[in-house]
Amino acid sequence: MEMKEIIRGNMATALAAKMARVEVVPAFPITPSTLFPEKISEYIANGELDAEMILVESEHSAMSAAVGASAAGARVATATASQGLALMHEILFIASSMRLPIVMAIGNRALSGPINIWADHSDTMAERDSGWMQFYAENNQEAFDLMLMAFRIAEDRRVLLPAMIGLDAFTLTHTMEPVDYPSQEEVDDFLPPYNPPYTLDVKRPMTFGSFATPDSYMEFKWAQTVAIENSYKVIDEVFEEYKKRFGREYKRVSGFMTEDADVVIVSMGSASGTLRDAVRRMRKEGMKVGAVKITTFRPFPFKEIKELTKNAKIIAVAERAISPGFGGPVAGEIATAFINEKERPLISDFIIGLGGRDITQKDFKYIAETALKEAESGEVSPWVKWVNINPEEVPPGGE
Amino acid sequence: MYEVRFHGRGGQGAVTAANILAVAAFKEGKEVQAFPMFGVERRGAPVMAFTRIDEKPIDVKTLIYNPDFVVVLDPTLMEVVNVTEGLKDGSPVIINTKKNPEEFNLGNYKVYTVDATTIAVENGLGTPMSPIVNTAIIGSFARVSGIVKLESVIEAVRELSPVKKEENVKAAEMAYKAVKGL
Repeated sequence: MEMKEIIRGNMATALAAKMARVEVVPAFPITPSTLFPEKISEYIANGELDAEMILVESEHSAMSAAVGASAAGARVATATASQGLALMHEILFIASSMRLPIVMAIGNRALSGPINIWADHSDTMAERDSGWMQFYAENNQEAFDLMLMAFRIAEDRRVLLPAMIGLDAFTLTHTMEPVDYPSQEEVDDFLPPYNPPYTLDVKRPMTFGSFATPDSYMEFKWAQTVAIENSYKVIDEVFEEYKKRFGREYKRVSGFMTEDADVVIVSMGSASGTLRDAVRRMRKEGMKVGAVKITTFRPFPFKEIKELTKNAKIIAVAERAISPGFGGPVAGEIATAFINEKERPLISDFIIGLGGRDITQKDFKYIAETALKEAESGEVSPWVKWVNINPEEVPPGGE
Repeated sequence: MYEVRFHGRGGQGAVTAANILAVAAFKEGKEVQAFPMFGVERRGAPVMAFTRIDEKPIDVKTLIYNPDFVVVLDPTLMEVVNVTEGLKDGSPVIINTKKNPEEFNLGNYKVYTVDATTIAVENGLGTPMSPIVNTAIIGSFARVSGIVKLESVIEAVRELSPVKKEENVKAAEMAYKAVKGL
């Protein structure tokens, strides 16, 4: 039986963690994710959740405690954002290499400096090489569903890797939206208790996260890579099963009006709904525009991106992160997907909505028009365009 | 799509007002979205909150630039903030004030007033210096807009008021009746 409630994005991920019957939640509060540990502690205090909450002195410790608890066999979830995620950085790699299926909600927020608490993907983009699976939610419903599914995917024996669910700061974390959720019985049926192949156990001593010499280190990394490659199939299976059970369809990448589109705009996260609205408006004006939303960024959906954009003249990537001295990380990865194809669309990169700057339909129209001009001339230059920026604030030469 | 912008001061409950409206409309089978102006929640500072209501699922995640209705929870904001900025031509504005609508010159916007502060204080919601007027003003909003029924507002108020549920319900009912400018 489905229930429906109007809740904030942070409440959606906390509800999913509760319904997943998480056993340990180590957490350190940070804007805009603080409501997650607040809700978890409320659930525990109300007797709705039987879990151990570990209040730590930093995010580095939160992730370290998560690693320990997960290695001991517990189902573990936490949440953080921005500087908090950055402080976890070194432990993220340990979690993934120890093959611990920790699930973490990230309130996607800009990295300092300047200090800024608003929506931006630079925090999770900086962790794309950490070995974690990455999912990005468009709305609170997706935040709930992806968080719940992440446990199943992460704990699958073919995968055994941690996963992070990105939900844009404020635009999702603090916005109230209706969210459908299944009953506890249905969730229990979908997500059985975590059954780890190996755990820390005094009766069966074992070493976790041990020293690896040049003789074995590469094989560890190779095994980890095989695992995340296995996750393509596991994610698709879990998405399919979720649809059968709960009626909501998920894809690692979804297309909207892409079939005959000359320009396909790619987005991730909360701007994806605004993008669809913009596409509908531009279609009414006769512009052949389509949209692609990336839900699963790790593992990267090479095949699906190519399939959805194969008829386009140009792909315009609208991304909320910048790798200074390179460009947008998402555009770089999409370009890689096409690198060995003889026939390929042009690819153009647009930086948008950094530090919470609002992303509007007008911005997407500017992107579509700019990209169509590039397609016409056959030249994408410059490679990186900044959308809705005040050039007067940036003197030429960057002095 | 119907879009509402609330102007208040931190602590008056503008964000909760936006949430109450969303929950009330949701109870009538509408799709809804409610959000604060992100990251400015300081007591006494001018704040904004927003509600979207639609028959179809709401895809858009932008801020609201051209609302259909503006609600002003604090009369002193009229001198500080341009509350009608972007408001659609000829649309309604409801102001919490002792004054009559004629005392405001807001061009061709339709002005309604309600003394939500007195109603709130009479019902023990906050103090005269720091009244919590959100539940009252939502009652007036229901009357003026016709977008939600008073019964749905009352249900939502009961659900979202952490304390003094019946006092908040009473305030919504009283402000529904007391609105001027109809």
